Amino acid sequence: MPAMLLEAICAAKSPPWMPPNGAIHGIGLDQLMRWNLLAVSICFLVAHIWLIGALLRRRSHDQTGTPSAFRWTLFAALCAMYLCMAITAQHLWASSRYAGAAPSAMQVEVVGEQFQWYFRYPGADAAFGATRPDLVNAAEGNPLGLNFHDTRSRDDIVSSVLVLPVGHEVDLRLRSIDVIHGFFIPGMRLKENAVPGLVLHVHFTPTTPGTYPILCSQVCGLGHARMQAVLSVVSAAEFDAWLASRGRPEQQTQ
Amino acid sequence: MKVLTTNHRNLGALYLLLSLAAVTIGTLLSLAMRIHRVWPSLPFPFHGQIKPEDYLALVTMHGTLMIFFVLTVAPQLGFASLVLPEQIGARSMAFPRLNASAFWLSAFALVLLLAAFFVQQGAPISGWTAYPPMSAVAASGPGEGAGMDIWLASIGVFCIASWLGAVNMLATILGERGAGMTWSRLPMTVWAWLVTSILTLLVFAVLLAAVILLFSDRHFGSSFFVPAGDLVNGTVVGRGDGSPLLWLHLFWFFGHPEVYIAVLPGMGLATSLFANFANRPVMGYRAMAAMLVAIGFLGLVVWGHHMFVSGMNPYAGTAFALTTMAIAVPSTVEVLGWLSMLTRPGPGGLRFPTPMLFALGFLSFFIAGGLTGPILAQPVLDSYLHNTFFVVAHFHLIMAMAGVFSLFAGVYYWYPLLTGRLMNETVGKLHFWISLIGAYGAFLPMHFSGLAGEPRHYERLAGPVATFSAIAANERGITFSAMLLAAAQLLFLWNIFDSARRGRLAGPNPWSATTLEWAPEGAVGRIERQPYEYEIPLNETKFHPQWESASKQE
Repeated sequence: MPAMLLEAICAAKSPPWMPPNGAIHGIGLDQLMRWNLLAVSICFLVAHIWLIGALLRRRSHDQTGTPSAFRWTLFAALCAMYLCMAITAQHLWASSRYAGAAPSAMQVEVVGEQFQWYFRYPGADAAFGATRPDLVNAAEGNPLGLNFHDTRSRDDIVSSVLVLPVGHEVDLRLRSIDVIHGFFIPGMRLKENAVPGLVLHVHFTPTTPGTYPILCSQVCGLGHARMQAVLSVVSAAEFDAWLASRGRPEQQTQ
Repeated sequence: MKVLTTNHRNLGALYLLLSLAAVTIGTLLSLAMRIHRVWPSLPFPFHGQIKPEDYLALVTMHGTLMIFFVLTVAPQLGFASLVLPEQIGARSMAFPRLNASAFWLSAFALVLLLAAFFVQQGAPISGWTAYPPMSAVAASGPGEGAGMDIWLASIGVFCIASWLGAVNMLATILGERGAGMTWSRLPMTVWAWLVTSILTLLVFAVLLAAVILLFSDRHFGSSFFVPAGDLVNGTVVGRGDGSPLLWLHLFWFFGHPEVYIAVLPGMGLATSLFANFANRPVMGYRAMAAMLVAIGFLGLVVWGHHMFVSGMNPYAGTAFALTTMAIAVPSTVEVLGWLSMLTRPGPGGLRFPTPMLFALGFLSFFIAGGLTGPILAQPVLDSYLHNTFFVVAHFHLIMAMAGVFSLFAGVYYWYPLLTGRLMNETVGKLHFWISLIGAYGAFLPMHFSGLAGEPRHYERLAGPVATFSAIAANERGITFSAMLLAAAQLLFLWNIFDSARRGRLAGPNPWSATTLEWAPEGAVGRIERQPYEYEIPLNETKFHPQWESASKQE
């Protein structure tokens, strides 16, 4: 992981300080972030050069000719910049959030719980089985409260690592058992809260194999800072092998 | 000075002392956090090791103290009680006793809040935003029991206090203006207080309602904010089918305008000080006043930008993104207006006494913190930056530093009204320069931590998976700068108390100001002048205070 952050600074492709991007939608996001950071840095510098220049001069030399045309031009240029930011951002936002995932996307459920992330794969039947809060029992290997009377639950696979095949779109359904958590994968440029009582969908396509930290970004209690997990992006073959290696759900929560 | 006073100027001083107490404690809490982040195993005197829940309690109490008891109380009720009646040619506030009650309720709320440190399990840990179900369920963590109840009670009392204070301010501005004090003759500070008092009336009422609903969820078996089947710490607590998002909407409907309540008075004050110390009228007075109103109005319709990734409908995210981006427009007008005023001062040129320096510092932070606003207003960028240190940097620059520098400007400027003396200029200038360096050193690098993905509320950098070792040096720099910033405030404290006895005597109107709080006793008759009448086409500084009659030839 330290190597990952070191790379973030060296990698020319990521905006400054950001970890390398590993998702398709992150390319546009990174581009937008780069020119936004550049634009506001320039505005900051120009405003301060103007300010310091005025302060050093202390007095006005020309009391005639008002530079109001200059001010209006500057104002219009800044408004154009805000508009440009808003429009570009809305395009990207709409393309990643307005529509759901494609029907071919892989389904994975993400469940936040003080202070642990769990990931559930629906198994061969491609359907998530029912859960009940009163069945939740992490010590006995059922941290999500799967109801095994529901036949769809029986082949569900619960993991504490999120393993995804590279280049395949994934549709995450986010849930929380107790309080609000923030599901954040910096390397996938993805963040969405996991809210109790709601099932929220976010989707993305990982492009680069590797491991990426998953963090909790919404304060959720005393274990907030250690509520982390790993996203492992692997080849399709490795993914299939990993999935096949998982046994029945009762044995799968280490 | 009588303690149970209804005199507005004495109450102003009391409000400011209340904020001074809160800001002192809040600063010490933030220092403890900064030290713990860099030296996690260092034990604290009288406490020992900082546990994760201790750190979160520090964050929660720091935020609550600073936002409510410093940035809401001081720029609004503190300064307005000090000078508002004089500035509009009134004898006193419309409701002096209401004003006094509001002060004592605020003081009671502060004591109540601090009591949360001393109850079993200590202060709450859910942050100043207190998102349920965490804040609704005592079992969700230490401090969420008695500590959270006390927090809710304190904020409830504070809502009532702010509301009463705002009623008094609004009634004073609307009803107590002296003869001839028309809308276009109001100093810019009064325009700001007009807007903030309306905002306070609207949004603190909503916060009070939300706090009562949350209290009811905790103790009366209701379920406004807790969904069915919610399982906290092994117990199913969800009874009805409430929604945590309801709290987010109610809270941020208050929370965003609150930011403007904190910073608008500073904008008004900076405008006044720039006119005063550039010896020139406010450039585009009507536009500048209108933009304050526009910012206040737009501030009411942007709360959803705190919720882009909260599970809110993404279409709503777009709507809130556009209203938020729109705020950049009036803010840009204000900044360009200020820069233009400073570029073209009156014939006397610019003067740089300490209040002016702090007003310029306010402007610098307003630009620095304001510019990241349009970045965070874009939901797609916020979906990376939300709840990272980038946001912490943004609001500390625009609200905390800009806000506090405007408070310093106001204290240095109006100090003679309370004591008849000026604060020490040399110490004041030293205070300014060290604070400026410390503040930029503390908050500018936080942007880099945020870009690296470091979330807020993390008491340590190294977690089980992500270590953030690349930003460790950055974090050390932030801590050292924060220490410098805090140390500089000792100069300020010394200056306040020392100058009261030994400061240079101010005499009448020490800053050559035009607004009415500087009028000699009994000089205010019918007001016939604009608030900032400096004559530009002369080769010497010439100004006409508002108390001067317009017909009088000099």
